[in-house]
Amino acid sequence: MPEEIKGLGTVKQYKGAFALEPQGHIVGGKLRAGKPHSDKIVRSIEQAIEASGLKDGMTISFHHHFRNGDYVLNMVLEAIAKKGIKGLTLAPSSLNDSDTLIRMIEMGVVTAIETSGARGKLGRVITSGKLSKPMIVRSHGGRARAIECGDLHIDVAFIGAPCCDKYGNINGVNGKSACGTMGYAMVDAAAADCVVAVTDNLVEHPIFPISIPMTQVDYIVEVDAIGDPKGIASGALRISRDPRELQIAEYASRVIEYSGYFNQGYSVQLGSGGASLAAAKFIKDKMLAKKITASFGVGGVTAPFVNMLEEGLLDMIYDVQDFDIPSIDSVRKNANHIEMSASYYANPHNCGAVVNNLDVVILSATEVDVDFNVNVITDSNGVIMGASGGHSDTAAGANLAIVVAPLLRGRLPMVLDQVNTIVTPGETVDVVVTERGVAVNPKRKDLIDNLKEAKLPLMEIEELQKIAYDLAGKPESVPMSDDIVGVVEYRDGSIIDVIRRPL
Amino acid sequence: MEKMRRTMMFVPGNNPGMLQNAGIYGADTIIFDVEDAVSIGEKDSARHLVAEAIRTINYPCEVAVRINHISTPYGYKDLEVILPSHPDLIRLPMAQSADEIKEIDGIITAAEEKYGFEPGSIKMMAAIETPKGLFNAQAIAEASPRMVAIAIGAEDFIANLKTTRSKDGSELVVARGHLVLAARAAGVQVIDTVFSDVNDEEGFIAEVKRIKQLGFDGKSVINPRQIGIVHDIFMPTEKEIEFSKRVLAAFKEALAKNSGVISLDGKMIDKPIVDRAERVLAYAEAAGAR
Amino acid sequence: MNVLNRPGQCGTMESNDLMVQVAPAEQGSGIAITLVSPMIKQYGKQIEAVVKATLQEMGVADALVQVTDKGALDCTIRARVRVAAERAMQKEAN
Repeated sequence: MPEEIKGLGTVKQYKGAFALEPQGHIVGGKLRAGKPHSDKIVRSIEQAIEASGLKDGMTISFHHHFRNGDYVLNMVLEAIAKKGIKGLTLAPSSLNDSDTLIRMIEMGVVTAIETSGARGKLGRVITSGKLSKPMIVRSHGGRARAIECGDLHIDVAFIGAPCCDKYGNINGVNGKSACGTMGYAMVDAAAADCVVAVTDNLVEHPIFPISIPMTQVDYIVEVDAIGDPKGIASGALRISRDPRELQIAEYASRVIEYSGYFNQGYSVQLGSGGASLAAAKFIKDKMLAKKITASFGVGGVTAPFVNMLEEGLLDMIYDVQDFDIPSIDSVRKNANHIEMSASYYANPHNCGAVVNNLDVVILSATEVDVDFNVNVITDSNGVIMGASGGHSDTAAGANLAIVVAPLLRGRLPMVLDQVNTIVTPGETVDVVVTERGVAVNPKRKDLIDNLKEAKLPLMEIEELQKIAYDLAGKPESVPMSDDIVGVVEYRDGSIIDVIRRPL
Repeated sequence: MEKMRRTMMFVPGNNPGMLQNAGIYGADTIIFDVEDAVSIGEKDSARHLVAEAIRTINYPCEVAVRINHISTPYGYKDLEVILPSHPDLIRLPMAQSADEIKEIDGIITAAEEKYGFEPGSIKMMAAIETPKGLFNAQAIAEASPRMVAIAIGAEDFIANLKTTRSKDGSELVVARGHLVLAARAAGVQVIDTVFSDVNDEEGFIAEVKRIKQLGFDGKSVINPRQIGIVHDIFMPTEKEIEFSKRVLAAFKEALAKNSGVISLDGKMIDKPIVDRAERVLAYAEAAGAR
Repeated sequence: MNVLNRPGQCGTMESNDLMVQVAPAEQGSGIAITLVSPMIKQYGKQIEAVVKATLQEMGVADALVQVTDKGALDCTIRARVRVAAERAMQKEAN
């Protein structure tokens, strides 16, 4: 890993999951004086951009609560491009695929990106090095840290607001484009120099609940639609029928059961992947059998989690983002389903975020290596196609971090000598669960002992790799250029790995 | 201790993804199917996929192949291509007479010799799917020392009976009972037919309990989700486990004393009881491991 | 020496499978393989080696081979290539 990176200067090297102590104070947005009886509503996005004072070279942000049903990012970028503004840094909480954004990069409207990840064609474009400096990849907690300490300074935050009153109070649970909680947006609103609410549901004051208060909102613009409801929230996701995923889920839930953490009042976070959702059902059955309940659950929330809350198996849910309609309904009507900001969720540089109190988390992976390092951002060809998300945050905070994945994806082994990109360091990963074997980090002698009775196919991680290589053959390594197109910033602001352009 | 065959999972032979993953679900035996699961146009593909998979992949369980019947254009070719890969067991569908078994036994013997396999290492089983086959079941089971099990194939059998399949299985009572008797008389295992409604868990559980009570050694399954259920039901009770431990202790004591008589609680214990005790403990241990 | 008489095809586009099409080629031209695979960087060489070895084992020295791979293991490649070639060796259409 180089000490100096073109486009970023000298970088802090990763020295350990908890090595870096922060200095200084929390930083905030410009002071503004809202005048009595003033009108925040502007007539168009163009007007909002003008009013915000957006200039070349500034940094703009968006949330990704609308997932692949988001209209706001594209609308705002088009308007910015029309005004001839260029050289912007785009810092959304995450990105999906976007033809508009690709055009903006090619036109030079956006020349730098700082986010959790990117998918599809956009991921391929970024991997090919079209930005003027490396993309900075941050976890959800890391982004909150960066915003709060000033590492990431947001000039203008454009916030898609499912429900917004004429004073600028915002929530995400009401309206045709409801998305549930607004955990990522809350951080931006508190620290940006200018906040523009973009809504398709402008209502009279007062609204309840309030996720983002009017005291943080400068301008409001009403449009026809801020998102596609079908893309924002799925109907309840069906539990996987894939026998391989079910096998992985069963092993993962048995790891939890025998780990020593499966007791009355434990806390749990499940991912949103197929194996995680299936594991929810097995874990629920085991909780009922053992007659225990969990003190809290954390997510990224989906219907199986909400179901556990409603059946009294979870006392409460801390929610940073919702994925489906049952989850959004639950936020709206259940007092024990609580919205939290990304900072409350996972910022390592405050007095203690929720992830610090987690007992168990199940995470996915694109690749794992024999040192238990995990990749979630690039595929086996080194192309950006995933997101850092809360992966490294929850792994660092939780007592038991379980990574689930199939041993082979197609023909590609998932357990390697070295992952293409380290997002989550092996020192924070406790167990790797595949359908052919379960490997425990050798540092966790306590877990190894506890799991002896679990009747699991326990083995060294090297053995797991050997099974994969015996089946598929050893893969040849993908040739990489020296050009660095992305850096992975660990949650504390140090750089843990770089993403190079594949040849 | 004979090999446990609580679950025998069918895997379509023309599906490479399923072939390579077949061993991860914990079935006692996997049956690669080149018969009913494979269309006529793909019979050649399937037998080669199966042969190559068996040859290359290290499966953790017994690997069986259901070949096409030798009266079809495919059966002999299946044996020719698949035997060299050294499967553990060949399953003949639609078995009707002892002669069929003897003929296939001969083919296997020749292959074992030709390829240097341990003689007798490739076993056989036969599926009874017709009334004629049912009446010959004992002879079929005794037709070769390779024969380790007979099974019932309900779909074809019921069609042959000219009736339909019902929830409580009354139409199969006689066939099942007869097959168990034949198997015990011949000294082989007996395996029940598949339950094809994967979503009817209740119905499946009821059927497995019923056939276990009848004396079946195991059940054919078509989906990994069914495996755990069968193993749970075949799991002996605490009482049975305790009793079996005591039986074996008494047996060891008799051996140590060089006595020909094994006694427990004032009663004499015959060899079948000792065998059953061994079986119970093996099932208990395996069920714990899934 | 075994000669291909017609084009022969075997396989599917399902995950973990591959589609193999073999066709006769001029004597002495060797085995020419066109490979499409999402794992071409990691396994391209290996896939081509297995295809070639299987055909050579069958005594086929000249062939045009199109392979569309969807993550097949070596054992699957061997089986599909073998059957594609066998089908290509048939004198009449099947």
